[in-house]
Amino acid sequence: MSQKKPEKLIDENDVRSDGRKLNEMRQVKIEVGILGNADGSAYIEMGKNKILAAVYGPREIHPRHQALPDRAALRCRYHMAPFSVQERKSPAPSRREHELSKVIRESLEPSIFAEYYPRTAIDLFIEVLQADGGTRCAGITAASLSLADAGIPMRDLVSACAAGKVEGRLVLDLNDVEDKGGDADMPLAYMPTMNAVTLLQMDGMLTGEEFEQVLSMALEGCKQVNQLQKEALKAKYKVVKEAAAEKEDEGEKEATE
Amino acid sequence: MPVFYENRQLVTPGDLLAENEYINGENTYKENGKIYATRVGLFVAEDKRIHVVALKAFYIPMVGDTVIGKVLEVTLGGWVTDIRAPYLAMLRASDALERPFKPQKDDLPSLFDVGDIMVAKIVAYDRTRDPLLTVLERGLGKVSRGQIIEITSTKIPRVIGKQGSMIGMIKEETGCQITIGQNGRIIISGKSPEDERLAIMAIRKIEQEAHMSGLTDRVTEMLRKEKGEKSKKEVVENVSKET
Amino acid sequence: MVSVMAAKVRQKRIAQLIARGKRLDGREPTDYREIQLESGLIERAEGSARVRLGKTEVLVGIKIEAGEPFSDTPNEGVLTVNAELVPLASPTFEPGPPNENSVELARVVDRGIRESKAIALEDLCVEPGKKVFVVFVDVYVLNHDGNLIDASALAALAALVNTKMFNYEVKEDEIKIKPGYKPLPMRNYPIAVTFAKIGDKIMVDPWLEEEQVMDARLTLTVEKDGKICATQKGEDGYFTPQEIFEASKIAQQKAVELRKLVVKE
Repeated sequence: MSQKKPEKLIDENDVRSDGRKLNEMRQVKIEVGILGNADGSAYIEMGKNKILAAVYGPREIHPRHQALPDRAALRCRYHMAPFSVQERKSPAPSRREHELSKVIRESLEPSIFAEYYPRTAIDLFIEVLQADGGTRCAGITAASLSLADAGIPMRDLVSACAAGKVEGRLVLDLNDVEDKGGDADMPLAYMPTMNAVTLLQMDGMLTGEEFEQVLSMALEGCKQVNQLQKEALKAKYKVVKEAAAEKEDEGEKEATE
Repeated sequence: MPVFYENRQLVTPGDLLAENEYINGENTYKENGKIYATRVGLFVAEDKRIHVVALKAFYIPMVGDTVIGKVLEVTLGGWVTDIRAPYLAMLRASDALERPFKPQKDDLPSLFDVGDIMVAKIVAYDRTRDPLLTVLERGLGKVSRGQIIEITSTKIPRVIGKQGSMIGMIKEETGCQITIGQNGRIIISGKSPEDERLAIMAIRKIEQEAHMSGLTDRVTEMLRKEKGEKSKKEVVENVSKET
Repeated sequence: MVSVMAAKVRQKRIAQLIARGKRLDGREPTDYREIQLESGLIERAEGSARVRLGKTEVLVGIKIEAGEPFSDTPNEGVLTVNAELVPLASPTFEPGPPNENSVELARVVDRGIRESKAIALEDLCVEPGKKVFVVFVDVYVLNHDGNLIDASALAALAALVNTKMFNYEVKEDEIKIKPGYKPLPMRNYPIAVTFAKIGDKIMVDPWLEEEQVMDARLTLTVEKDGKICATQKGEDGYFTPQEIFEASKIAQQKAVELRKLVVKE
């Protein structure tokens, strides 16, 4: 059972197979703090991607020998649910998941003040419930929010987005068919405050000039994601604030009555 | 000398709060003369000092703090205790017994067993080792009655109030004994479950509205209202019993 | 075994030198260590090559076997790359299942070969949808003195160039080997160039002691026409976009130099 591949991925009017413009990101929906047990959590939908991220920590580290004497050890597990892709994926971690767990961890480490909590572990879990290309970027975006949700002090949020080349044209935020059928895909993670690229991968073929253009495009996408992340964080607390403010008004009303 | 936010505005990690001659306080960091937030919270600027009131943070042990702990494990020399922090704490036998510890004679589980709750003080803590506790001072030791609740540790100062005004008022209004741990745990022991429930309600209200002013008055009012309604209910019940 | 204290002191020294623009072994930021390449040393393998990059030593063996194609590419042969960080190569390598470092190494080497379409996989099809040849690239790290990625990628490329495929015919659904050989059909020659960032200085081909103090690592794989076909940032530091652009230009130059060792024009 294989998916039907669209005839062309981009038509003559530069409209992509899912109706988007070349530099248009997919629809994003973010919710912060949705899991009860985790110290911090976030859920993201990016197009058809559905990804959950959660943090436990800082907490005691097991096994003990993994403890770092001068900082918290960030441990990350990126995992795809068997039903997340077209052809069922075995639950056992694949080599791809191993590699992604590593690069995702390395993308988030520069953002946390790990040196404040020596000898502890900060455990990050990313579960891909449904995948449609760009899961590592969406995963990083959610993971960074869950770290902030856990109250772990950070230098900045890490925002991630991919750009690439499909049928000769440079595009932003490739979905699965574009990634598989395109010329190049470049996922990128970025911390705007420090102008820091913390994740950079690319597969495909790009001339030196195209490489720079695609990277710049991905950076712009990351900046957009950063705004969405901030809004999602504030949205969670605005509700609390508004409820509290209402009570304050009621309180004042009662006082004057 | 720009400041980019107003007091009580919500900020997120990485937000640029101020530049140049400001001093950075809690939940911020300074780099190249610029001050940024490290946590989600409310921006506060007082004189030249900028800090963020974090909406979520976890307890970090400090020497001298009174904490409420739960025994997780009895070991050869003491008790491994959970104090709701990134680090487990240790209560050594020598910090629980007034005389020297004799392994053959002294049975540690009879003093504190797994699951027991204690009020303890942090006597030692630094970056290289887990916090050490003691129960050898007045007011410390095993807790045998009451209810425990947990709140965000950053709200504890609000529960205590200026010079203990808030907690003092709650104790008076509810008649409960209340022990506060800096690690966000509070033990409430009252004459009846109803009294304890009132105290818990008050503390939850403080947790929700910690960042708003006039809180002490509002909590007092709420408690009185609850108590008033309770006694009204009792009168009604008594009346209906009589008829 | 060097004590932890001594290692930290040395690390500081290296970082100080780097800050002044000097490398401990006297190299320029864009200099590779001395490279020695030897091909065809394992006769049992269809192809093999050993690279010595400074004291880093990597051996790659190529085996070709019959197998099944992937469902989405029924007319193509299969490429599979595996890397072993053999325990004798370093006191830090432990026996056991592949850890994240060996997985990353294998996948980065694989990406360079795959994305540049270095092997003409469509020429390895025996029966579309049923039988193809599988090219096993096994990277064996024999001594770790830094920059395993570039050494492995170079050895893998040299081994592939060295690879001879047996002649064959298909009789009654079986592959029968005939006398004679032909070279593995190759179309591209990707070269990996890895940079280390220490403080704000960037240098090519980090050796082990530089790797131990580096903040971040960047690998760019360049194919024969100068296009970039794979990129991988590693370690827990970061690069600015400007640093990445500069590195990409240097990578394109270095790739031309390194490729001469493998492909005689």
